[in-house]
Amino acid sequence: MKQLMLGNKAFARGLYEAGCCVVSSYPGTPSTEVTEEAAKFDDIYCEWAPNEKVAMETAFGASLAGRRSFCGMKHVGLNVAADPLYTCSYTGVNAGMVICVADDAGMHSSQNEQDSRHHAIAAKVPMLEPSDSAEALAFAKAAFELSEEYDTPVIIKMCTRVAHSQSVVETADRVELPVKKYEKNIAKYVMMPGNAIRRHPVVEDRMKRLAEYADSCPFNRVEMGDTSMGIITDSTSYMYAREVFGDKASILKIGMVNPLPVGLIRDFAAKVDRLVVIEELDPIIENHCRQLGLDVVGKDVFPINGEFSQNLIAEKLGMPVPAGVKLEEQLPVRPPVMCAGCPHRGIFYTLSKNKVTVLGDIGCYTLGAVAPLSSIEMTLCMGGSISATHGFNKALGRESEGRTVAVIGDSTFMHSGMTGLANIAYNQSNSTVIILDNSITGMTGHQQNPTTGYNIKGDPAGKIDLEALCRAMGFERVRIVDPYDLKECDTVIKEELAVDAPSVIISRRPCALLKYVKHKKPLIVDNDRCVGCKSCMRIGCPAISMKNGKAAIDTTLCVGCGVCQQLCGTKALISGEE
Amino acid sequence: MTKNVMIVGVGGQGSLLASKLLGHILLQEGYDVKVSEVHGMSQRGGSVVTYVRFGEKVYSPIIDKGEADFIISFEQLEAARYLEYLKPEGRIVTNIQKIDPMPVIIGAAEYPEDLIGKMQAKGVAVDAMDCLSLAEEAGSSKAVNIVLMGRLSRYFDFPAETWEKAIKELVPEKFTELNLKAFALGRGE
Repeated sequence: MKQLMLGNKAFARGLYEAGCCVVSSYPGTPSTEVTEEAAKFDDIYCEWAPNEKVAMETAFGASLAGRRSFCGMKHVGLNVAADPLYTCSYTGVNAGMVICVADDAGMHSSQNEQDSRHHAIAAKVPMLEPSDSAEALAFAKAAFELSEEYDTPVIIKMCTRVAHSQSVVETADRVELPVKKYEKNIAKYVMMPGNAIRRHPVVEDRMKRLAEYADSCPFNRVEMGDTSMGIITDSTSYMYAREVFGDKASILKIGMVNPLPVGLIRDFAAKVDRLVVIEELDPIIENHCRQLGLDVVGKDVFPINGEFSQNLIAEKLGMPVPAGVKLEEQLPVRPPVMCAGCPHRGIFYTLSKNKVTVLGDIGCYTLGAVAPLSSIEMTLCMGGSISATHGFNKALGRESEGRTVAVIGDSTFMHSGMTGLANIAYNQSNSTVIILDNSITGMTGHQQNPTTGYNIKGDPAGKIDLEALCRAMGFERVRIVDPYDLKECDTVIKEELAVDAPSVIISRRPCALLKYVKHKKPLIVDNDRCVGCKSCMRIGCPAISMKNGKAAIDTTLCVGCGVCQQLCGTKALISGEE
Repeated sequence: MTKNVMIVGVGGQGSLLASKLLGHILLQEGYDVKVSEVHGMSQRGGSVVTYVRFGEKVYSPIIDKGEADFIISFEQLEAARYLEYLKPEGRIVTNIQKIDPMPVIIGAAEYPEDLIGKMQAKGVAVDAMDCLSLAEEAGSSKAVNIVLMGRLSRYFDFPAETWEKAIKELVPEKFTELNLKAFALGRGE
């Protein structure tokens, strides 16, 4: 039956149909739904791992044991998992192993715009690139076959527009595969120098054979049309190019982007008058063509940053572009904001008020950098807040120790904050770390993590005790605060910054969007008491605005958290409960 | 010829059900369909956009400037923000609700006056209605999305039954009646 399916869901369907048995991933936009959807199949064991490196090693272990396995992550997650990736390229696999990496050109929800195709090239593993949901499903299945035939992990590169677009797919049944017997093979699986030296030529030979396969790979497809222009393209760029040119150009659609074909490209180039490479981000196909001595149009006309679209391609190639009308006036922007009742707000208000230098991390709370809180001054990567705070304090000593903190979420702390904390404990910097424990992985849409006590299916699971963990590392000062209590936050933060010892403050309150969280009734403004001083607006709550010189509460948004009440000097904000 | 419907609003307003309904109907009617959504950071109360494209064969998953046949907007300012994506002969179907963005809340900017009038002065066909009141009349302020779909349905050739059948198929049973009422109020029949 034909159905509309999200690219990520189609990918998960492909895993299911291919007989995949073990899935271990870490959430990251735009990759998260592949694993969430896979978890809906009872035939697949699925889990959220603490980070991408652990996920990939888990998938590798399952492959070694003889079951088809998968791990999924966003582009920056592959950096974390690069260590196992580059070496399981050497060991190869037993049963098929597939990795999803989802790039985010245009940075809809990411801290950088890296091109993951570089990792496939550097790690010397094949990479497939689907252009829509049907291909995501088909490529996921084919990737397992390739993985087993060529004894290598296979990466499938998604991107935001493939991952988060629905298009038509047709589904099939699952194949049930027997366990592929695990055989002890020290020379293949123990990567110490003597063995690895012998494995490297195997990798090189494999890439040579794969490059030959690329010429006949059904995913590298020539669609001949008018031969005055030949376009080589991949991923969604193919869709944009087809949209613009129809059959007024010939197209070589690359479905396997590593290794790239040689013969196929030369043949295609010989049939067309002018060769154009259309690819988002870095010039990878373009550079390959140049190495083959081909004259191509590429990044000399197309941008290296941002997403492409049909109009962008048309414009860069001198075609007419439709135009719409625009209002002359400047419209106010609508940036994302912390939700009404967000437990992070109280902490950032307190830090901002006390003029604390805040080194931040990756999650919803990165919005603590946005006005009016404007608290976070640095965000680099997962876990970076803690290690960078240690370095900051080592560089400046007493000058910074009493007025600098790291802030990190519970899931990010489990991901890679723990190692930074170990460094503080071991190398003894007088640093203060605030763990924003909202009992969920928030930004990516509420995934469980090792501190929540539930697994990916929502069943009870192991639960790591953050306080016990910090104490076990040697932190004698571990304080818990309720971020809705501004006075308590202020007192504890001041005390822990003043004390001459490393400390951890756990700000604990569940995400206001969690279904089980009971909200209070919206606050009510007493217009007689409100003097319009705007004190309540300093926390940047989307539920508060000024109407006719008085504070106004949006009752559809307000959850009665009461943080704004604590800022009101005239007691004009009244609890709706009373 | 590919037709383009953009659904715009503020993160959390329920545009996902609207695009799901539209996609479901279009696929049943035999079209090739693509629906493109936004997940992650921008969902947190930010400006969000969903693209629905249909026709004999759809390639690009996104709608570009000057291409939209319809812009369905949950909020006035968002309708104005995406105006440039509308075809000259396209139509805006918008809720008249105003939601202040953070720069307005903190006093760094003003919510523009009479956006609907300004768009009409540019010669744009704007179909504006108080969807929030109609949704509340149907039984829930959350049904703004279905009120908007009801209004949009006036511009499609499918009979009302096609839309109603799809609502029954997609919405949990206990909300069916409410949504059918919201649809009828939006359609204005």
